[in-house]
Amino acid sequence: MTIRNQMNESGADVRLHGVARSWGATTALSGISLHVRAGSFCVLLGPSGCGKTTCLRIVAGLEQASAGVVEIGGRDVTALPPAQRGVAMVFQSYALFPHLTVAENIMFGLKARSVPKPDRLRRLDRAVEILGIGHLLARRPGQLSGGQQQRVALGRAIVAEAPVCLMDEPLSNLDAQLRAEMRREILALQRRLGITMLYVTHDQTEAMGMADQVVLLRDGRVEQDAPPADMYSRPATSFAASFIGTPPMNLLKLSHEGMVPGTGGPVLGPPRAAATLAGIRPEALRLSDHGIPAEVTHAEYLGADTVMVCSVGAEGRLLARLPGRVAIADGALVHFDFGPADLHLFDAATGHRIPQPA
Amino acid sequence: MAGVRRETLQAWALILPALVLLVAFTHWPAVATLVDSLYTTPKGSRPPRFVGVENYVALMDDPVFWRALHNNAVYALVTIPASVVLALLMALAVNTALPGRPLLRMAYFTPTMLPMIAVANIWLFFFTPDYGLFDRIVGVFGMGRHNWLGDAATALPAMMAVAVWKEAGFFMIFYLAALQAMPPDLKEAASLEGSSRWNFFRRVTLPLLMPTTLFVLVNAVINAFRLVDHVVVMTRGGPDNATTLLLYYIYETGFRFWDTAMAATLTVVLLALLGTLAIFQFGVLGRRVHYR
Ligand SMILES: Nc1ncnc2c1ncn2[C@@H]1O[C@H](COP(=O)(O)OP(=O)(O)O)[C@@H](O)[C@H]1O
Ligand SMILES: [Mg+2]
Repeated sequence: MTIRNQMNESGADVRLHGVARSWGATTALSGISLHVRAGSFCVLLGPSGCGKTTCLRIVAGLEQASAGVVEIGGRDVTALPPAQRGVAMVFQSYALFPHLTVAENIMFGLKARSVPKPDRLRRLDRAVEILGIGHLLARRPGQLSGGQQQRVALGRAIVAEAPVCLMDEPLSNLDAQLRAEMRREILALQRRLGITMLYVTHDQTEAMGMADQVVLLRDGRVEQDAPPADMYSRPATSFAASFIGTPPMNLLKLSHEGMVPGTGGPVLGPPRAAATLAGIRPEALRLSDHGIPAEVTHAEYLGADTVMVCSVGAEGRLLARLPGRVAIADGALVHFDFGPADLHLFDAATGHRIPQPA
Repeated sequence: MAGVRRETLQAWALILPALVLLVAFTHWPAVATLVDSLYTTPKGSRPPRFVGVENYVALMDDPVFWRALHNNAVYALVTIPASVVLALLMALAVNTALPGRPLLRMAYFTPTMLPMIAVANIWLFFFTPDYGLFDRIVGVFGMGRHNWLGDAATALPAMMAVAVWKEAGFFMIFYLAALQAMPPDLKEAASLEGSSRWNFFRRVTLPLLMPTTLFVLVNAVINAFRLVDHVVVMTRGGPDNATTLLLYYIYETGFRFWDTAMAATLTVVLLALLGTLAIFQFGVLGRRVHYR
C-alpha cells in the first residue's frame, strides 16, 4: 500500500521498447519505442487507424504485443495482467456499469480489490470533491448527461490511485464547449494528482493544448516525439508539418531552381537535384509589396483573423492566416512575405526535414 | 370531428382480424370453460345441469388430481431451475472464443428444433432396458438392467430429464443474445480494476442478464405446465400415475373419460395457478430487474 502511495506521489515512468503488434497481414504497430517521464502528460496523436488505441491497450495489458517490452515504473510488465500494472483507464465509451449507481461504479474496483470500507469512502469523497459530482452519487449512468458520465469515468480512474492513467479519446463524445471545459479539467487533475498521463487523440489542438510531450504516430510508427512547441516550430517531417496547426502548414513543391513553379521568384530553397517541399505556416505569412506572388481565390473571416486561400504559380495552393479583418477582393494579386526562420524545407520523396544552414 | 371518427374506425378495422381470432380461440373458450365447470357433463339425452361449485368440491376429493398436482410441482421445481442454469452455463461456454464455436451452438440448439414427439421417441430408446443408452452406461459400472420408465421411482425423473434436455437449448439462445449485446469494454474496465472473473460474473454479468432471466423464467414456468407430449408418447401417465401431470390429466379426463365438466374444472384450476405464478413473477422479480 505504501509503495503504491509513494509511486502515486510522482506517477511512474512508462517505457516502450520496440513494441509491435499485427493481426495476420495487418500491422497496427511496427516497433514503437518511447519514454514517458513520471508525472508528465503525454499525448499519442495521429490520424484514424494509425495504431493509437492499439498502443494504449498494449500498455494497459488489454492487448498482447507481438514483440517488444513495456515497462511501468521500471518494472517489466509485458507479461502481467492489466490489474497488476498499476494503470487506470478511461474508455472512449466510458464503460460505466449501467445497473450500478454512480457511487457503486466509482468504488467497483476498490470493492473488487477488497479495500477496507473507511478507505473506500475516503477515496470516494476525495474524487467526488475534485469532480463536483456529489449530487449524482445515487443516480445510474442512464440518468446522466454525457459530460456527467465522463466525470464518473474520471472518478473511477481517480480512486484507483494508480500512478499511470490511460485515456482513449475521452472527449470525442462531448460537444465542443464541454470538450474545452473537460480539457482544462483533465489537465488540472493530472497536475494536481501528479500522475503520468498517456492520452490518445486524433485532434491536434487537444495535443497542443495539454501535452508535455506529443508522440505523433503514422501507420504504426513514431513520426515525431517532441514537446508541442518543438513539434510546431521544427516539424521533423512533412507529415508532421501538415498534421499540426489550424490550418496546417502550407507545403509547396519547388522546382530544381528552388522556386515555386510558374512564379518568377523568389528563390525559397537551395537548388537541389531531388524534389523539395517548402513549408510555411499560414500565420507566418504577411501581406507585403514583395515576396511570393499569389492570387486570392477566397477569403474566410473568422473574427480574430482572416484565412485567405490563394493560388500560387502553376498549381500551388497557399493559405494565409492574417490578423483581424482583411478586405481583399477575390481574384486580387498580392504578395506574401515571411521571416527566414519561418521557412521549413523537406525532401519530397522521404518527407524528411532538410537541415538548413543557420 | 369527422376526421377523428374516421381514424377511430380505421383503427378498429386494423385490429379487428387479430381481435376476432383472439376472441374466437382464446377469450371465448376461456369463458366457456369457466361456465362449463359450473355445470354437469351432458350425457346422452340428459342436458347439463347447473351445480355451482360442486365440481370443484369433487375435485378436492380426487386423489389423482392431488397426485397430478404434486407431480407437476416436483416437475416444475426441478426442471425450471435445472434448464435455466444449464442454459446459462451453455451460453457462457459458447460465448467464449472457442474453435468450432458455431458447431457447438448448433449442437446445443438442435433439441429445440426437434418436435417434442421426435424427442420423446429418441429418449424412449435411451431409456430402453438392457440395450438403451442409460442401461449401457450404468452397465459399465456393473449395475444391472433397469426399467427406467416402468419403475414409479424413476419414471418422473426420466420425464424431467427429457424436458430439461429439450428446454435448455432454447433458453440458451436468449442468454447468448443477451451476452453478445453486452459491451466488451465493461469486461475490460473490470479487469483493469482487479475484478476476478467470478466477481465480474456475479456483480455485472448476472445483474445485466436479469431481464433475460425473467423472460426465460416466465416461459419455463408456462412450459412446465404446458409441455406434456413426451408423457403421452412415453408413459401415458404411468406407472400408477407416477408421471401424470396436470395437463395430461385434463386430456385424459376430457378425451378419454369424456367427463367434460371435470376437465373444464381442472382447466380453470390450471389457469388460476398459472395466472397467480405470472403475477408473482412480474410483481416480485420484475421490480428487482434492471432494465436498460
Ligand atoms: N482486433 C483487431 N483485429 C484486426 N485488426 C485490428 C484490430 N484492432 C485494430 N486493428 C487494426 O489496426 C490498425 C490500428 O488500429 P487502432 O489502434 O484502433 O487505430 P487508431 O486508434 O489510431 O484509430 C487499424 O488498421 C485496425 O484496422
Ligand atoms: Mg482509436
